[in-house]
Amino acid sequence: MASAIRFFRQKPLAAVATGVLVVIALASFLGPWLLPASYAMTSPESFAPPSWRHPFGTDLLGRDMFYRVLSGGQISLIVGTAGALVSLVIGTAYGLIAGYMGGRIDNIMMRIVDVLYSVPRLIFILVCINAFNAKLQGLAETLGFDWIVGSSRIVILVLSLGVIEWLTLARIVRGQTLALKNRAFVTAAVALGQTTPVIMWRHILPNLIGVVLIYLTLTIPAVIIDESFLSFLGLGVQSPQASWGSLLADGAGALNPLRIRWWLIVFPAGMMALTLLALNLLGDALRDSTDPKALKHN
Amino acid sequence: MIAFFLRRLVSAVAVLLCVVTITFLLIRIAPGSPFDAERKLPPAVEKQLMAKYNLDGSLWDQYRSYLGKLLSGDLGDSLKYRNRTVAEILSQTLPATMLLGSVALVIAVTGGVVIGVTAAAGQHTWRDAVAMLIALAGISLPTFIIGPILVLIFGLWLKWLPVGGWGSLAALILPAVTLAIPYIAYVARLLRGSMIETLGQDFVRTARAKGLREYVVLYKHALRVAILPVVSYLGPLAAHLLTGSIVVETIFNIPGAGGFFVNSILNRDGFLLGGVVIVYCALLVAFNLIVDCLYSALDRRIRLDG
Repeated sequence: MASAIRFFRQKPLAAVATGVLVVIALASFLGPWLLPASYAMTSPESFAPPSWRHPFGTDLLGRDMFYRVLSGGQISLIVGTAGALVSLVIGTAYGLIAGYMGGRIDNIMMRIVDVLYSVPRLIFILVCINAFNAKLQGLAETLGFDWIVGSSRIVILVLSLGVIEWLTLARIVRGQTLALKNRAFVTAAVALGQTTPVIMWRHILPNLIGVVLIYLTLTIPAVIIDESFLSFLGLGVQSPQASWGSLLADGAGALNPLRIRWWLIVFPAGMMALTLLALNLLGDALRDSTDPKALKHN
Repeated sequence: MIAFFLRRLVSAVAVLLCVVTITFLLIRIAPGSPFDAERKLPPAVEKQLMAKYNLDGSLWDQYRSYLGKLLSGDLGDSLKYRNRTVAEILSQTLPATMLLGSVALVIAVTGGVVIGVTAAAGQHTWRDAVAMLIALAGISLPTFIIGPILVLIFGLWLKWLPVGGWGSLAALILPAVTLAIPYIAYVARLLRGSMIETLGQDFVRTARAKGLREYVVLYKHALRVAILPVVSYLGPLAAHLLTGSIVVETIFNIPGAGGFFVNSILNRDGFLLGGVVIVYCALLVAFNLIVDCLYSALDRRIRLDG
């Protein structure tokens, strides 16, 4: 706690970024719940500009944009965080094994990472959605998880985004593991006769947590961008659900020189930009504070 | 030099082969057939179509015949746009993508260099802070945020530039700038770091002691050394700009290859998708190779042994 206060004192910009993130998260999760239910519905008031009643205006179907932007933020934030967590588990495990095993196993595992870097992600995600959507729905129905049935597309989106975003983390974790495994406490653990999984789990993993958590703050915006990119192309979140990407796509589609409906673009773009900037600022600041060398050069 | 070149060529071909294989498998694993349409085809017709495009054999047979065709330089036929070969579609759409990418490349490098040098020369001043904040924004914000906002400001409010259309220089500016912005930011950050290091070296002090003007010192003496990391980034940069314009092409309605890339995925047009992926990948590999050679020409101390 004391170190957190010291960190924010040294980096006031990071403190502001954290505050912005907290406000956006609270608004996204509490806002849709506090606003009147009629805001989620369609109404005859199509394309109304911002007013007191509709601070962000309304869209083509007369839905309140304030409500849409907040609930879209909910989906973007959930997908971003959950996808980043999936990638964190995969990347850490992969990098840890490659780095600790070393030698030929390490070599093969990292070559696989090199190749995966050049696989077109868009195809991978679309294939996943197409191939597993129906299967997941069936599975959820038989198991009685009703909430999955409605959002199976998003669940698969999260899983597949996590499955493609772990590559860089795996490289970082591997590098750290390579440095850690020659330290005296690991040699001592080996000499005590502890097994390899125990050494990896109990001795090396705790030393990696700092790096992994810092990288998490940089992975979340990456996943949010991926998700919005897909939704922007109309391939991700499907209507009536919305995310910032699909709202932006709607806004860009409604652009025309005669009637400038700026509120359809400015508000989703502004919320998303604030979130991404804040996350990147926080991630950069955290990285600098643990890496004195990076601090000197930047 | 030649040994280095050959080794790189072999590994490039290996990477290409892997990517082709994975793409091929992914598109075949996906359920549904390329001939699914709103109107269901009679089974006999569909069977004939499958046979015509060699899609009825086992996975292994299909893979072998596809690779064989590729080796003889044939990218195959499009499954959705009947009677057009993949090579035809690519040769019609790639020029637009390439033009957009090259203009964006010029903008990204010049913009990045100017911002980076300005920031480094004014280190610890407000100019540096502003430049780096802009760079952070450029890196964190995706093109589908920047694009619509630029259209709104410069196209609709100020009415300085046309919003869509293709063929005039003015119509090219907004899409090219949108595409270039993240890379301007990246180049600026990269250059600032190496420039600060270079400015501390003796030859810069000598140049200043000779009484040269500041911009000569910065752009003629220091930049020549500091630009090296940017040069090595040119390869991936060029490849990303030439291939990464899917969203920009969508926003600005540009008749490029990016739109076909998205459509070919949706239509399960395996051969078209494979063709686009191969061309993109080949560009990436080729640019990296060119840049490695360029790098050693700029700095004689670097020897190509890796």
